[in-house]
Amino acid sequence: MHEEPAADLMPPLLEARGISKYFGAITALDRVAFHLDRGEVLGVVGDNGAGKSTLMKILSGLFLPSAGEIVFQGSPVRFTSPRDAHRIGIEMVYQDLALAGNMTIFENIYLGREPGRRLLGMNIVDQGRSRQMAAEHLARLHIEVKSVDQNVEDLSGGQRQAVAIARATAFDARVVIMDEPTAALAIKEVGKVLDLIKSLKEHGVSVILISHRLDDVFYVCDRVMALFRGANFAEAALRDTSRNEVIGWIMGTKGHTAALAHDRVQ
Amino acid sequence: MAARDVLGSRFSLAKAAERYGIVVVVIVMMIFLAIAQPEYFLSIQNLTNVLKQIAMNSLLAIGMFLVILTAGIDLSVGSVLALAMMAVAMADKAGWPWPLVLLIGPLVGIMIGALNGLGLTLLRLPHPFIMTLGTLNAVRGLTNLISDGRPISGLSAPVRFLGSEQIPLPALGPFGAIPVSAFVLLVCYGGVALFLRKVSVGRHIYAVGGNPQAARVSGISVDGVLILVYVLSGFFAGLSALLLAGRTDSGFPNAGIGAELDAIAAVIIGGASFFGGRGTVLGVFSGVLIMGLLRNGLNLMNVSVFWQQLLIGIIIILAVYVDVLRRRAAVRTEELTQSRAAHWLLRRRRYPGNRSTTT
Repeated sequence: MHEEPAADLMPPLLEARGISKYFGAITALDRVAFHLDRGEVLGVVGDNGAGKSTLMKILSGLFLPSAGEIVFQGSPVRFTSPRDAHRIGIEMVYQDLALAGNMTIFENIYLGREPGRRLLGMNIVDQGRSRQMAAEHLARLHIEVKSVDQNVEDLSGGQRQAVAIARATAFDARVVIMDEPTAALAIKEVGKVLDLIKSLKEHGVSVILISHRLDDVFYVCDRVMALFRGANFAEAALRDTSRNEVIGWIMGTKGHTAALAHDRVQ
Repeated sequence: MAARDVLGSRFSLAKAAERYGIVVVVIVMMIFLAIAQPEYFLSIQNLTNVLKQIAMNSLLAIGMFLVILTAGIDLSVGSVLALAMMAVAMADKAGWPWPLVLLIGPLVGIMIGALNGLGLTLLRLPHPFIMTLGTLNAVRGLTNLISDGRPISGLSAPVRFLGSEQIPLPALGPFGAIPVSAFVLLVCYGGVALFLRKVSVGRHIYAVGGNPQAARVSGISVDGVLILVYVLSGFFAGLSALLLAGRTDSGFPNAGIGAELDAIAAVIIGGASFFGGRGTVLGVFSGVLIMGLLRNGLNLMNVSVFWQQLLIGIIIILAVYVDVLRRRAAVRTEELTQSRAAHWLLRRRRYPGNRSTTT
């Protein structure tokens, strides 16, 4: 463990200021501010079209913002591709998982970053080392699979999610962004993925969790932030808010109480 | 300890059957032909002949295979073959030094391939079928324009070497010899197999075919991979033009009409998926051999060429149907795996650091 100065003296690990994103005439994000501390699990909530996924795609380098800046550890950064974000340790687990089903678990984990040696300008993949590294990495995350040589298409939804998370954390990730990691899972598998998020936090990794499931948010997050129609709406430490208040934020109201909850019969 | 478990046995019977089943078909065909036509089929001349005959289609097929792995298609290879062949013949007739003439064939292929790749990625044409259908016509037209539609015959000896020369091999008997084109095939197939298996860009070709989105977010340049496979397909078409020019001692503008369909057929018979991401070099070679042996065997048995067409059509359909059946069986296996996922969950509850405090 390395000694870190007091938290309030340090800039946030990742910060975004005044992020806007336009798609033609549509404003997807309007001057959104955002910050994430070391080892923090941040929940990002909002209704469909609130801009959560767009913001995350900007933070992970898939989209360029139309305006605003991203600051990593106090210095501005600019991502023109996911590779730039990978380089400083920002990884994303996509909602559709973005795995190649026709390839093995270990190949998916190191896809695009295969361990190997250079020869005539080509990267000769060291498959033996790749399998070994994948097996060790999965063991570190306590993810059990039958064999790292299984094709991803032969796995269950939860196992695929686990492989996607393993890929995101294979290279000293500092920030892992997860877009609805539990949405497509059987209920039995949800708990496992949430536990995996907690163990990432224990390993010092910061996590951004986008979820519609407030149970997930309240189980793993330290802080929750709500977007509404592409703009910041509200945020609070988890201990200072409640389920009902957060439901209100998603719908664009403040001071929401149990009495107003949409899922209650009055 | 867990690490060793998951690194365990890599062999599975189902996988072996999927991978080598097609080779068994080839062997059965050869045994059948050897029994049916013992004095002709197994003669060195006939086997050499088969090798020479499949040379062109096998080079087109290996390039087509790379394209089909990315869920694409290259309809232009037959026309590219003709253009490259005419360019080679004309350059040779014009008295260019032979090393330059030999370079022209593959170079023409690479250029048209790059054009196909750029049309697909830069112009964002909706499907490679469109772009390569365009070049199929345009390149054939260009071939006729530059040659005035007339064939050229009588090439210099160095240019004929790859396509027509044989390396004597007395160990195989008095007429024992291996055509140079067979070595070209060996090098190309071996090279592509190594490239696909060992080089990261080769693995990326499978990734792009399996899930382009996954490839993109992994930092792979999907457009770069697509351009590469069309360039390689063009290169192999140009190389096959050299072999065909050498074998026929000529260049003719009608060469390779419909050759793209034979190449596609060989790739599909060889078990590659038309939807990308699946297939092996060994399978493609088996596909080429099955088509070559079928034609050779039916010729030896004096069956008309019309029957050959009919049979090849049936075999294409059968080969894909076998694939469909196999896929269906795989889905059943997957359902089994899904029910096993429940066990996976229960087992995982045991790990330390989950509910307790240790990690």
